[in-house]
Amino acid sequence: MASQAIGTRSRLERQRRLKAGAVQLVIIFLGLFMIYPLLWLIASSFKDISEIFTRAGSLIPERFTAENYAIGWAGFGGISFATFFKNSFIIAIFSTIGAVLSSAVVAYGFARIPFAGRGFWFVLMLLTMMLPTQVQIIPQYIVFNKLGWINTFYPLIVPKFFGQAFFIFMMMQFIRGLPKELDEAAEIDGCGRFGMFWRIILPLIKPALITSAIFSFYWTWEDFFGPLLYLNEPRLFPVSLALRAFSDPAAATNWGAIFAMSALSLLPAFILFLMFQKYLVQGISTTGLKG
Amino acid sequence: MHSTIPRVKTPNATVRRTSSPRKRYNTLMGYLFISPWLIGFFIFTFLPIIVSLVLAFTSYDILSSPRWVGLANFQQMWSDRRYWNAVRTTFLYVFTSVPLRLIFALAVAMLMNGAYRLVGLYRAIYYVPSLVGGSVAVAVMWRQLFGESGAINLGLSLLGVDGPNWLGNPRTVLIPIIILAVWQFGSPMLIFLAGLKQIPQELYEAASIDGAGGWRQFRSITLPMLSPVIFFNLVMQLISGFLVFTQGLIIAPGGGPLQRALFYSVYLYEKGFAQSQMGYASAMAWVLLIIIGFFTILVFKTSDNWVFYDSKEDA
Repeated sequence: MASQAIGTRSRLERQRRLKAGAVQLVIIFLGLFMIYPLLWLIASSFKDISEIFTRAGSLIPERFTAENYAIGWAGFGGISFATFFKNSFIIAIFSTIGAVLSSAVVAYGFARIPFAGRGFWFVLMLLTMMLPTQVQIIPQYIVFNKLGWINTFYPLIVPKFFGQAFFIFMMMQFIRGLPKELDEAAEIDGCGRFGMFWRIILPLIKPALITSAIFSFYWTWEDFFGPLLYLNEPRLFPVSLALRAFSDPAAATNWGAIFAMSALSLLPAFILFLMFQKYLVQGISTTGLKG
Repeated sequence: MHSTIPRVKTPNATVRRTSSPRKRYNTLMGYLFISPWLIGFFIFTFLPIIVSLVLAFTSYDILSSPRWVGLANFQQMWSDRRYWNAVRTTFLYVFTSVPLRLIFALAVAMLMNGAYRLVGLYRAIYYVPSLVGGSVAVAVMWRQLFGESGAINLGLSLLGVDGPNWLGNPRTVLIPIIILAVWQFGSPMLIFLAGLKQIPQELYEAASIDGAGGWRQFRSITLPMLSPVIFFNLVMQLISGFLVFTQGLIIAPGGGPLQRALFYSVYLYEKGFAQSQMGYASAMAWVLLIIIGFFTILVFKTSDNWVFYDSKEDA
């Protein structure tokens, strides 16, 4: 009787393990499909041009070459990818500074200061997250055009200094988790609202600031629509626009070089991801935004 | 404080009964702190929306001043074949890619939820596509993967399937773009994963004692408990689905064969910026706003029937 029970138990245990193993296999198998396109891109970027299409499916270059990178880096129209990367970095870094700083200020206001009309503005801010940018871009373009900002980075950077709803919301969630006693203690010490924000809240919400900064950097880095509207001189192109021009199906010839620059353009994203994975996962899970 | 369910919480103005100078100080400070957003909202959001509404009833090419044309733009839209193609493509795309993406996200999240070894690595592998999926680089790569003699068709030929000329055939051109969207299921997956972790394990234990099988447990516990997260994702994904631009423009330039992959936003860009018909483009933008608003409200309205909020949850 007892031995039978043990037998059932070990059978159940075996079954459970088998199931776990099967699940593991499915995850790995599906994971290969997920990662294949990216590995393929990287592999292709190191393949000899003649090999890219003849052995299109393979992930291991027959003859490993870095030539594609050298050719790609030279760019087009006399402008090298050094310029395009520089432009991307300028836009992404300034946008990120603006977005994070302004959003933190606004988030503190919404999260901690009780003022008349707070609920109304807060709901309005959440609603703007659902608003398609398409209804705003035409008048925005007209205004930036009138200001003479076409072919400058201003239209891409300046609006970021006015807070971004997604980041404000994420930081608010974070600030709400901080004990109120902090504010009260600071107040007793004669700290004004600015002091409270700057000296107490800001250092404590560092994780939320980092998460916002990473997201902001990603989104501006891969942004294509904004630069497409406002920049039409190749010397001002960020990488996203340059890649599109570079790979124009009507003119593109050297796919090895295109793959090399594509892979390179994803590199900052990968590096940030490896460095800050924890923050990203947390940011996505807590706000549940950005799909 | 790690509520995975981003319930819309209004900071209820619990203005304490204190002296009125203090209240005034707080109100002043409050508006001072939110002023960046407030100013930005009026300049970059509110005014543009109103202006684009007015422009929708004009003919405007940015060089000469706008001319009032009444409903002409909307009438033109009604008889514009290209416009209807764009609507058709966008709807097809949204109503296939959004459900598929969410189903994949939920299925894989449930697989991963068992706290297996290497979960961190798997999570990373599944998430990376969402991270880079919207970029020009990936769209450029996608064109090649789905080329007539690209890697996908090569793989299919190994299985004995003769792959079509994906991007050259009006019947298949949308498929690679939908697959690209589904491929990016990693970020809703992370949200579901966080949601699954919050479901009390006792619920499953109790159900299993009562003899409920896996499917039954999924239907009666997992789905209801996750429904707020699913709801939220559905709304956000629907909205972003209607706005897809980069992938459409790069994978199917000019809308692809027979414009079967012409997306709404791409056509709007074409009209407004390539052809400088800003009045027409504004009218298109407003119709898009109404379409998105309609579906968002629809999802909100039906949510009473399928979104389950645990009353115990802290407010």
